Amino acid sequence: MDVQTWTWILVGITFALYIGIAIWSRASSTGEFYVAGKGVHPIANGLATAADWMSAASFISMAGIISFSGYDGSVYLMGWTGGYVLLALLLAPYLRKFGKFTVPDFIGDRYYSDKARIVAVFCALIVSFTYVAGQMQGVGIVFSRFLEVDITTGVIIGMFIVLFYAVLGGMKGITYTQVAQYCVLIFAFMVPAIFISIQMTGNPIPQVGFGSAGNDVVYLLDKLDGLHRELGFHEYTTGSKSKIDVFFITAALMVGTAGLPHVIVRFFTVKKVSDARKSAGWALLFIAILYTTAPAIALFSRTNMIETVSNKPYADMPEWFKKWETTGLISFKDKNNDGIIQYVANKETNELDVNRDIMVLANPEIAGLPNWVIALVAAGGLAAALSTAAGLLLVISSSVSHDIIKKIINPKISDQGELLAARLSAIVGVCVAGYFGINPPGFVAAVVALAFGLAAASFFPAIVLGIFYKKMNKEGAIAGMVVGILLMLFYMLKFKFGVFDGGKTAVVSLKNDWWFGISPEGFGTVAMVVNFIVAITISKFTPEPPKDIQELVDNIRIPSGAGEASNH
Amino acid sequence: MNSELQKKYWRENLKYLAILLSIWFLVSYVFGILLVEQLNTISFGGFKLGFWFAQQGSIYVFVILIFVYIRLMNSLDKKYNVNE
Repeated sequence: MDVQTWTWILVGITFALYIGIAIWSRASSTGEFYVAGKGVHPIANGLATAADWMSAASFISMAGIISFSGYDGSVYLMGWTGGYVLLALLLAPYLRKFGKFTVPDFIGDRYYSDKARIVAVFCALIVSFTYVAGQMQGVGIVFSRFLEVDITTGVIIGMFIVLFYAVLGGMKGITYTQVAQYCVLIFAFMVPAIFISIQMTGNPIPQVGFGSAGNDVVYLLDKLDGLHRELGFHEYTTGSKSKIDVFFITAALMVGTAGLPHVIVRFFTVKKVSDARKSAGWALLFIAILYTTAPAIALFSRTNMIETVSNKPYADMPEWFKKWETTGLISFKDKNNDGIIQYVANKETNELDVNRDIMVLANPEIAGLPNWVIALVAAGGLAAALSTAAGLLLVISSSVSHDIIKKIINPKISDQGELLAARLSAIVGVCVAGYFGINPPGFVAAVVALAFGLAAASFFPAIVLGIFYKKMNKEGAIAGMVVGILLMLFYMLKFKFGVFDGGKTAVVSLKNDWWFGISPEGFGTVAMVVNFIVAITISKFTPEPPKDIQELVDNIRIPSGAGEASNH
Repeated sequence: MNSELQKKYWRENLKYLAILLSIWFLVSYVFGILLVEQLNTISFGGFKLGFWFAQQGSIYVFVILIFVYIRLMNSLDKKYNVNE
């Protein structure tokens, strides 16, 4: 059977599975809709969190980014896993003990202020919308590349699937679909990795193959460093970014991970505090399987690609090269008309442009793997994008129906009324996300990376201080969040979009003006530190929080009694 | 639970956090970023050590840290009788 038939079959089966799960686990109350009735097993929650967390970017783009940047790609590996240590140790158990439905719930109650709640809702919506648009775009891309439908049709199919199980099942439906999606995506990621590792090193474990020698008895990493030197690229195992920037980007990604509302809210779904800790551990273990494999894939595919194309006649290129050329993701321009591909670092003489997303999508073809494996990658990419999109939609819908409608506009709304509002806002959320998926504003891709900076600059300090600093009051927390997110937005607009200096074209020349040499991606760390300083300073000069709030803080620090606290 | 015991429980918890987060910082920021060149002079198998910490080792340690934390806290909860 050809690849396309296989792809339709696998995508069809997985979609039918997701819909089946949604029907089986539909939500009948707001408690089930927002937090799956707080009855999810810690391992199931770990699986769901892993799928929720690993987006189209982790699945499709990350290995490719590492492949092209080598050591510099480590910021994503450390940043997107190290955040779970912060989550497990500093946030998850206490937020579970607090036991409400959403992150703005915590901010609003802990800081005894609807203003704080509104600021938090606003931050949650900015972060989630930028992020979800990127996911829908990912769905469209996978459809268009593998199934040759246009991007619009792809996004619409994806919208209907997500709509179906997110609207029907809420958090309960999403959780169990995500468990299935994790299994699909990890299988799809590991099968080609194992095949290629065996091909190149004889070792079936990619993490070991990563440090092994190829058939010519030279260590793969040494060989690639050598190839890179020859072609004029920086060495694969050393970086080109400045140390301070690597440090700050890693920190921004870690802290941002711990501050993302769709990840935090997953820890509200388990039965007790100790389960919240456990599910953070399981989640990271499941994530680590993909994250330790990705750099191995990056190395294998980079070596494979250079050896296949570098200084080889264009006429001899294999079939996959021609196929991806028609999609525009590989382009060759014979500048010196010798019919041979020169792939070098020097932009003047380089003749080959390769889109980094190909590294995962085309890897099985490059390695000559069977058709069903190639089709599997499509199903895995869709699972990764859909699971993250669903988690984000839930944050959007609960922000509207719970934090705004129930808590601020109409506290008397009935449970069924609130459930209806949640479903309607999920529908609106899907439509908005779909619109941005079809008509991506140029800034989406850039902003997705910066969503972490925004989360780091706003939520993380407010939550951590709320738990670990009893005297933190509403004045301090609100000022910290507002200053943090505005500073981050300012830096982003100035250095990422060149808004104050004549637009996008100015961005490159502004690089020299970066504060302390820190890129916009790493600036979230600075904004976070500023948030902490502002919050603590202001809290010293304003009244202490009331007694009952200080008691609340004492209460969330102790695990026992989580059951009662969840009564809403 | 009286507030004296509660304070003690919290202090022990903070001590665990300090130790675990120092290791977290060490394997990623120190080994993987700040001292990466120095560690890269050491190699094991086909890996340079600093590079390995940045792309593999730190992640393994993160996973271990969380599971150690789970064990420590479960026994701390038992000791102070605050487990559920």
